[in-house]
Amino acid sequence: MRRWLAAVVLPFVIGAARAQVPASRILHAEREPGNWLTYSGNYAGHRYSPLAEITPANIARLRVKWAYQFGTEGNEVSPIVVDGIMYISGPNTASALDAKTGRALWTWRRPVPSDYHNIGFGRVNRGPAILGDKLYIATLDCYLVALDLKTGAQRWATKVADYKFGYSMTLAPLAIPGKILLGVSGGETGIRGFVDAYDATTGKQVWRFYTIPAPGEPGSETWSGDAWKTGGGPTWVTGSFDPELNLVYWGVGNPSPDWNGDVRPGDNLYTCSVLALDAATGKLRWHFQFTPHDTHDWDASQIFVLFDAPVGGRMRKLIANANRNAFYYVLDRTTGEFIAARPFAKQTWARGLDAKGRPLPAPDSEPSEEGSLVWPNLNGGTVWFSPSYDPQTKLFYVAAREIGAKYFKREAEYKAGTFYAGGGEDELPADDAWGAIRALDPITGAQRWEFKLHSPPWAGVLSTAGGVVFSGSDEGNFYALDARTGKFLWQFQTGANIGSNPISFQVDGRQCVSIAANRVLYVFSLP
Amino acid sequence: MAGAARPQSSPAQPTQVMPDLLAGRKIFERHCGLCHGLDGRGGRGPNLNRSELERAPDDAALKTIIETGIPPEMPEAWFLSEKDVANVAAFVRSLGKVTIEPLPGDVARGERIFASSGCSGCHIVGGQGSGFGPELSDVGARRSPIYLAEAVRNPSSRLPEDFLMVEAVTADRKTVRGIRLNEDTFTIQILEQSGKIRSFRKRNLAALRKLRNETPMPSFAAALSPAELQDLVAYLASLRGAS
Repeated sequence: MRRWLAAVVLPFVIGAARAQVPASRILHAEREPGNWLTYSGNYAGHRYSPLAEITPANIARLRVKWAYQFGTEGNEVSPIVVDGIMYISGPNTASALDAKTGRALWTWRRPVPSDYHNIGFGRVNRGPAILGDKLYIATLDCYLVALDLKTGAQRWATKVADYKFGYSMTLAPLAIPGKILLGVSGGETGIRGFVDAYDATTGKQVWRFYTIPAPGEPGSETWSGDAWKTGGGPTWVTGSFDPELNLVYWGVGNPSPDWNGDVRPGDNLYTCSVLALDAATGKLRWHFQFTPHDTHDWDASQIFVLFDAPVGGRMRKLIANANRNAFYYVLDRTTGEFIAARPFAKQTWARGLDAKGRPLPAPDSEPSEEGSLVWPNLNGGTVWFSPSYDPQTKLFYVAAREIGAKYFKREAEYKAGTFYAGGGEDELPADDAWGAIRALDPITGAQRWEFKLHSPPWAGVLSTAGGVVFSGSDEGNFYALDARTGKFLWQFQTGANIGSNPISFQVDGRQCVSIAANRVLYVFSLP
Repeated sequence: MAGAARPQSSPAQPTQVMPDLLAGRKIFERHCGLCHGLDGRGGRGPNLNRSELERAPDDAALKTIIETGIPPEMPEAWFLSEKDVANVAAFVRSLGKVTIEPLPGDVARGERIFASSGCSGCHIVGGQGSGFGPELSDVGARRSPIYLAEAVRNPSSRLPEDFLMVEAVTADRKTVRGIRLNEDTFTIQILEQSGKIRSFRKRNLAALRKLRNETPMPSFAAALSPAELQDLVAYLASLRGAS
């Protein structure tokens, strides 16, 4: 009897002690503003902090609390912070830091195989995910690794794909109740992209959704011949999640080869689209394609922002996206119905959109032998770095890039694990390019304010309940703007280009903001 | 075959095959252009249109970089053959290099014209001169004679890629003109012709203008005869960096 009791009770006790971050905490992230529990701060992709200590009135006193030096360059991490511990990641590395002092508590490393090749992107990692007693890392060589939160010891590693065919992973996984979701890079190597779900406890695959349909599957009519086998459609930016609808929203990247569309006639579904996938089964509920038959490398690889707002007199569940193709889109997130769109950055490739949101291509905007000048450039009006949605101001903030390029078309020959791009671009000179933080009306995309930047940015935006918006510049400025007006408030020169996403959390009763700038992670707070 | 005519005294010398620039360009466009731009002028990756590459001081180093990459950003080109790598390396070198060609002018006379025209008041050559304008110690390796002639005749038509004159007006209405040394969203650093370096927070300035296509360098089209211009260009073309 006693033995029986022990057998039943013990697992519960141990389970409770180990389950440091049950899904219920992430589902209600707004209840614990001092922590940052998932990539975007919440499942809705808001990158908004309910912390309100730092305000336009006191931000002049913001100063560096501590700094941490990474072992590698070009860090793009968006940390997770739970109960005084910050979890960061780099290419095949992860560390736990004491959020009070910045001192490392443990570090985990997985060697990058010598025959691994990053093609079309840097050796970066955009962040970890946390669930239960584990930290989850997606590695460059395509393993999903679960680490023990307290020690960094590896619990398991599941092979996701074969990196020798050009697959890789740079994204932060998405932890939803019971599952870890992820996607892959490889849009320049002719992969066949997918979104995967793994059991959070065992690491076993639960479902996979291929972003390029096989012959006979819905959407396969938008491909011809064998092009689908090397059709691309990577899924390299973390998705969003609506627990009520139990839908996961995931952006799909460019078709392969990037700039030569001749070998893949058709719309090339589901490239440059957003997918609404059933979280339980991975079945496609709906999709919306932003850029049919893309030939400019305009992945729909941005953060999808979920919010509810009145449209035409009734409340709607909406999904919004500032797309790499320079249009801001609003869709119904239950059905995928197109609601509104308008450009948020200069674009010359579309004359406009039709009533269903399909673009009307402008003449001479296709890549050509001699080069075609088009806005935006291949990095887009914006790209992977996060926008922010502020439920207080009800504004959508986006880091916008104003840069054009001459697009060229070249022959494309598929050879496994090598560039399969079919062209490229020549950017306009640096002094002809610039950037901005723009505040948009989230329902219409109309611009409310703009803060101009010296050059096109590569860093995301954080909004906070204190009425302050943070972001970083390509020249290394970490800066703050008034959330309501866009007025400049504060800046700090970090010493290196910033290509990461800011977060906010609380430690020692103080609101902190953090940003990675190349080799250094900075944490700021009031004195 | 190419080795057959060589003197027999150096039998260990490998057969020299001229690299194929066109083949190198094709590989470059396919595998390198995404980051370096199809013309090699840079994008997310650095501009390669330079006579000297920081990380590739010689051809062997350049080939090694092409083969092994530069983590974390630049992938290695493991799939290229030795010949492919040589062709790409040759193409990359051709981007920043001007071949030596016979010119009609006289180098020695050109050097005297350079000195008497006051050029060294703004340009350093071989460690000598004043540093307001771009250094010219290797300008002959970077710029064609046609470019050099045009730069002397009409300087504003041939400005270096990262060269920009700016005009800042301070809050107390003082105007500062000079070469932009650096700039971010919030600050700018300016080198005045006097040699003084000024740093401003942009929000404290009444105005800031980019003086595109402007240069403090005067045109020498009228000051020099066609023969003198030829001599000066011959001298500039002879400047190919430290030997």
